[in-house]
Amino acid sequence: MPLGTNPFFRWSYVTSQWSQIQGDLVQHIKLSLLAVAIGIALSIPLAVLAWRFRVIRAPVFGVASALYIIPSLALFVILGPVTGFVASYKTAEIALVGYTLLILIWNTVAGLDAVPPDAREAAVALGYSPTTALIRVDLPLALPYIFAGVRVATATVIGLVTVTALIGLGGLGQQITYGFTIAYNTPIIVGLVFSIALAAAVDLLLVGAQHLAVPWARTGRRAKALG
Amino acid sequence: MHFLAQVFGWFTTSSNWTGSQGVPELFWHQLELSLTVVATALLLGGGLGVILGHSGRGGLVAVNAANAFRAVPTLALLTLLAIQPSISLKWSGFLASWLALTALAIPPILTNTYVGMTEVDADVRDAATAMGLTGGQLLRRVEAPLAVPFVMAGVRTASIEVVATSTLAAYVSYSDLGTYVITGLNTNNSVIAFSGAILVAVMAGLVAAALGLLTRALTPLPMRQRQRTGLLTARPSVA
Repeated sequence: MPLGTNPFFRWSYVTSQWSQIQGDLVQHIKLSLLAVAIGIALSIPLAVLAWRFRVIRAPVFGVASALYIIPSLALFVILGPVTGFVASYKTAEIALVGYTLLILIWNTVAGLDAVPPDAREAAVALGYSPTTALIRVDLPLALPYIFAGVRVATATVIGLVTVTALIGLGGLGQQITYGFTIAYNTPIIVGLVFSIALAAAVDLLLVGAQHLAVPWARTGRRAKALG
Repeated sequence: MHFLAQVFGWFTTSSNWTGSQGVPELFWHQLELSLTVVATALLLGGGLGVILGHSGRGGLVAVNAANAFRAVPTLALLTLLAIQPSISLKWSGFLASWLALTALAIPPILTNTYVGMTEVDADVRDAATAMGLTGGQLLRRVEAPLAVPFVMAGVRTASIEVVATSTLAAYVSYSDLGTYVITGLNTNNSVIAFSGAILVAVMAGLVAAALGLLTRALTPLPMRQRQRTGLLTARPSVA
């Protein structure tokens, strides 16, 4: 522990604690990516159902909004009796997934709503069944909206993971709580900078992925302007 | 069931509802902090948004900078401010929490205010100018009322985030409902932690509901219906 003076930033902390920082970063990535992956796997089917059957739209959005409004620290603790109060990945993941749902479902439904009726009519005219049309026409056309949701959800989750430090996990959040406990700036700044860098890097990857997955984006915009 | 019975016991113990560590007092502390933060952010972020939106210059730069700032983890900002000797001891943790949470609340309010100002129909602006309204009158009588629903959307997002994050202020020694959660976690007392978490969740729900009603009351009547149908696509761009 390099105590004594408390400079704004001390590089030797980073070099001497590198393996610890690396471990925290890896845990941060694991916690975030797993939450977003599960969130996507749950949201897309729910969004499709909410889009097809308007009756269930209100309850789906209601539950997702309620989960979104509960403060993260409270949600981690409220899940305690279900998942056990010890620091568990299960507690963290359930809560983190909960936060992705509203953003992902909202955007997916908005994307499906925005599919041009012409495209759907063309699919029907080609003899597509509703399910085939959904998979081959509606969902691909909704991809820009879905990607927008995934980007917001990912950034949100990467930020929220730091809070799980208060229940004993935390990834880079552990650097933050450690710095606070010993009243030392450097670990907090390490946690702050690395989590911003992680969010930026993942966002860049998502932009790249979207570019590959939606090659027609530019022509799509023109078609929308014409219609 | 045994655990929930203990939680029920905590809620029905009268000493938990009185005194400086009682529920009403800590509830008020959390509300006090949150209101101060949102008011400050509305003044700074809303003011800046109105100026940038009215002049139509430099807005995008400010909005992008504000949004990039949202990636900063609040826990880091909160703890960093709280360990600075010049800040940490001021007003029992209020100062550090106020500064950190205000920084968190400005971006959504600034972005939404700016978007609201620029969304005002150019025809409406032209009509107002043609009727002889000056720049100031245009701002007060036309642009501002039409931007209110957007500003309120920003205030709502910011308030929900602020109330949620004010729970973390308890970690840096400000005492509010989050204190139960933090104390419970630190002392391995899951009954206190759980009861506090329930209180925090209830408070967040109440604030969200109150803001919903406030938004409705402040939205000019003819815009209410349109807002409801437009909400679904409007949300993702500002979330």
